[in-house]
Amino acid sequence: MSISVNLFLPELFQIVLVLMLFFQSISKSQVLRNDGFWVPVAAAIGIGVSVASLSAEGMLFHNAYKIDMLSQFFKLAIAVGFFIATLNARQQSTLDANKETDYFLFLAFSAMGLQFLSSSVELITIFVALEISSYALYAVIPVRARDKQAAEAGIKYILFGAVATAVSLYGLSFILSSQHTSYLSMLSGLDWHFATNPMAVIGLSMFLAGMFYKLALFPFHFWCPDVYQGASNETAAYVATLPKLGAVVVLIRLAAILTPHTEVTMIFAVLGAASMTFGNLSALVQRDVKRILGFSSVSHAGYVMLGLVAGTPKGLAAAAFYSLVYILMNLTCFWVICKISPKGENVTLDDLDGLYKRSPYMALILAVSAFALVGLPPTAGFIGKLFLLTSAWDHGYNWFVIVAAVNTAIAIYYYLGLVRHAYTVEPVDKRQLEPMDVGGMNVVWGTVLAAVILLLGAIPAPVFSLAKAAGVQLLP
Amino acid sequence: MIDAGYPVLTTLIFFPLAATLPLLLYKTEKMIRWYTLVIGFCEMLLAAPLLGFELGTAKMQFVEKVPWVPEWNLNYYLGLDGISLFMILLTVILLPLCTMCSWTYISKRIKEFHICLMLMTSACVGVFVAMDFVLFYIFWEAMLVPMYLLIAVWGGPERRYASIKFFLYTLAGSTLLLVAIIALYYQTGTFSIPELMHRGYGFEFQCWVFGAMALAFAIKVPMFPFHTWLPAAHVQAPSAGSVYLASILLKMGTYGFLRFCLPITPLASQYFAPLMIAVSLAGIIYGGLTALGQSDIKKLIAYSSVSHMGFVTLGIFLFNLRGVEGAIMQMLNHGIVTGALFMLVGAVYERSHSREMADNMGLGKYLPAYMGFFGLFALASFGFPGTNSFVGEALVLFGAFAFDPWIGAISIPGAMIAAAYMLRLGLKMAWGQPASPEGGHGHWYDLTPREWAYLTPLAILVFYIGLAPGLCMKVIDPSLEKLLGDFRTDVVQVQMEDKSLADYAPELPVAVAEN
Repeated sequence: MSISVNLFLPELFQIVLVLMLFFQSISKSQVLRNDGFWVPVAAAIGIGVSVASLSAEGMLFHNAYKIDMLSQFFKLAIAVGFFIATLNARQQSTLDANKETDYFLFLAFSAMGLQFLSSSVELITIFVALEISSYALYAVIPVRARDKQAAEAGIKYILFGAVATAVSLYGLSFILSSQHTSYLSMLSGLDWHFATNPMAVIGLSMFLAGMFYKLALFPFHFWCPDVYQGASNETAAYVATLPKLGAVVVLIRLAAILTPHTEVTMIFAVLGAASMTFGNLSALVQRDVKRILGFSSVSHAGYVMLGLVAGTPKGLAAAAFYSLVYILMNLTCFWVICKISPKGENVTLDDLDGLYKRSPYMALILAVSAFALVGLPPTAGFIGKLFLLTSAWDHGYNWFVIVAAVNTAIAIYYYLGLVRHAYTVEPVDKRQLEPMDVGGMNVVWGTVLAAVILLLGAIPAPVFSLAKAAGVQLLP
Repeated sequence: MIDAGYPVLTTLIFFPLAATLPLLLYKTEKMIRWYTLVIGFCEMLLAAPLLGFELGTAKMQFVEKVPWVPEWNLNYYLGLDGISLFMILLTVILLPLCTMCSWTYISKRIKEFHICLMLMTSACVGVFVAMDFVLFYIFWEAMLVPMYLLIAVWGGPERRYASIKFFLYTLAGSTLLLVAIIALYYQTGTFSIPELMHRGYGFEFQCWVFGAMALAFAIKVPMFPFHTWLPAAHVQAPSAGSVYLASILLKMGTYGFLRFCLPITPLASQYFAPLMIAVSLAGIIYGGLTALGQSDIKKLIAYSSVSHMGFVTLGIFLFNLRGVEGAIMQMLNHGIVTGALFMLVGAVYERSHSREMADNMGLGKYLPAYMGFFGLFALASFGFPGTNSFVGEALVLFGAFAFDPWIGAISIPGAMIAAAYMLRLGLKMAWGQPASPEGGHGHWYDLTPREWAYLTPLAILVFYIGLAPGLCMKVIDPSLEKLLGDFRTDVVQVQMEDKSLADYAPELPVAVAEN
């Protein structure tokens, strides 16, 4: 077996990054050990590496690892997300000063696992990659100094994760015993009908539980709002976004092997519809902004399913495009939350009161991200949702599209709540009227994020073409 | 036709949008207001090439088409015909007028307020010129954000409730519009509006699509019983917000019926016409009677809008040239007259700090010029002969009588109620006994030069359209004849293709014969 390094560049870069962080974190020099100032810079270089290897193609590790347009698209998305997350996590008040490199080490480790996940085309490899990305997060979530909620969140994440892993592994055994292969390429031609091969369908459904858990799809979402609430703002920003990319890429690969209207695709659709409805209705009554975003991510997981059930290259491309847009929108929203909470405390809707006066730019960035999350034009959120809805129509899932459209109308209430509090509610507490210093660079980066959301909404064609190329490769 | 030498429609959309960026740098209130005013006049100048609109043709003019997302066959496609021309001109003149009417009315967050006005202008022009359904939807939705902020930030005491109600209602309606757009895309493979017309879809499909589209448009108009967001929004919004709502936003709904429902789903439009006519008549009578019972001047005008817009939707679903012609004229007229009335209410509120009729009585003595304008626009509002609304209302009534004398007969009282509530309002304001000798709580002073400046052009339009409506007709008619002509051929054509159609809509042959 010969391994071409060219095929493996983004992963290699990430491995080097992880190793550097590892050595830095065990270094004896206090000065060296505690500062991860260089990590965002390295993460930015990582984006460059991912862009450079966009067109790479090939198979590695006995065909268990596939480098194609889809994997490279997602690696790029992960690199972008990782960059923003590290930039965001640079100043954390709730993190002990001497834990910064450890923190970045775990984040980088998790991102590395996600990159592996995007290229895995064999079930056991997928499983291992998923675990690599998860274990790092199990360690990171409770890292919030002196906070019981953080410990609770950590335990919840681990316990739910362990159960999901167990179910997944059990499902994997079913698939292996009924289909006698774990390679996606070989699984695609096999029988996936419940009537003739029930064990395989049950096995796949159980295997998917692991992905659904990562994606926080109903009914595997119970950890999500609690973990977001318990974790520090910066950690929540990471957990809420990047792991979902990993789950989506696996689901896209699995969706490509399933023909529409089989029982498993129907499960996608039903869970998707339930997820968006449940997520939105639950979000309506929340006051903690991170809990709102937690439930909103449950509903967004449902939206992504729209692209997966269609069984067309465009559908898969729409799901990929929307995942990228989703992490951008969500990271932008979290960006504001992290920056307006200098002590690292959780932000409630009341804390947003009068944000407009304290920091007009942050209020504007929050408004752009909230309207993008609703799917209001002219943001990328709208165009992503349009692609998703359009791709699912006329493939037997019209009801699903209508449910999604109605859900958009429900969702507007709580997203609008964010904007409403920031712009129209006068704060009761006089301290909330004082101008807030969020730092010039934070405003600049936030503005860049918001601008990208608007730009992707206005000119989606180049990125969508990339996603479509990935989709066409899977479903020619 | 004037060759502008530049993409006129794109410029009209993006010029106000781009103009918001330099505004961020301005510091003083005065600079911001003058800057916006100048931008408004520049926008009017940039719209001047539209006056070269070629008469006597129904074809799309000033067309711009650029591929946008080729994978989905999405295009940046703009164009203009007789149906949309006046709405664009009206949108364009509103920016300077609204800036002027907010000159002293708005005293907080001045910069943001003017940014919202510019964004509104951009989005509204976009709605009327978009020839790609997704592009249309984008502008249609994008307009919600500045409007929401106008109500929520600069509105009255109940502004939060009103703004959320407005946002939720209109967005809920539009989400189904999006589903209809996607359904149409899958039937035809295109989002291009001209291509979507006259494709001859099956009857059942048309009914579903019509239902989804009509709900969105009916909420926007707003048609009875989807009108409840309107009085709240109007009353709470600042003057400029009410003007934009009355003059442009409501028209988007009726424009939607004309641009999409009639040409894309002609059979369903025919089929549902009795329902739409009934709802329109209910709106006319209900809006009128409710207006009659109001003591808040702004609320009265808001309910009168429900009634007037009922005439517009009635005209549209009559399917005859007179009716639809009247509907379009009424869209324009209502925009001018109600916009002006809202400006006048804003002006009197600045003086008395009250919108109650009881606090604003006896103005004939204290504010003669003001009452002169108020009287003119009140007369125009109920369609006094010689004013613009007379032309529109009369055409709708002619159309109604031609369609069915009963419908004409039922709509006549609507016009009479309008006269009742407007005359009652005018009478009390002009000659009523003031609450105190000084006339209410305020310090009365007559119209300022600034107020003259924004009321006079509207008054001129009232007379110009009222006395010489010929030019308007010339602009509108070719597009309408095409719309109605195609409409008839479409009905016949699909009927011939689909023999089972008679099972669904047995009355269709009769409707065709009448047309």
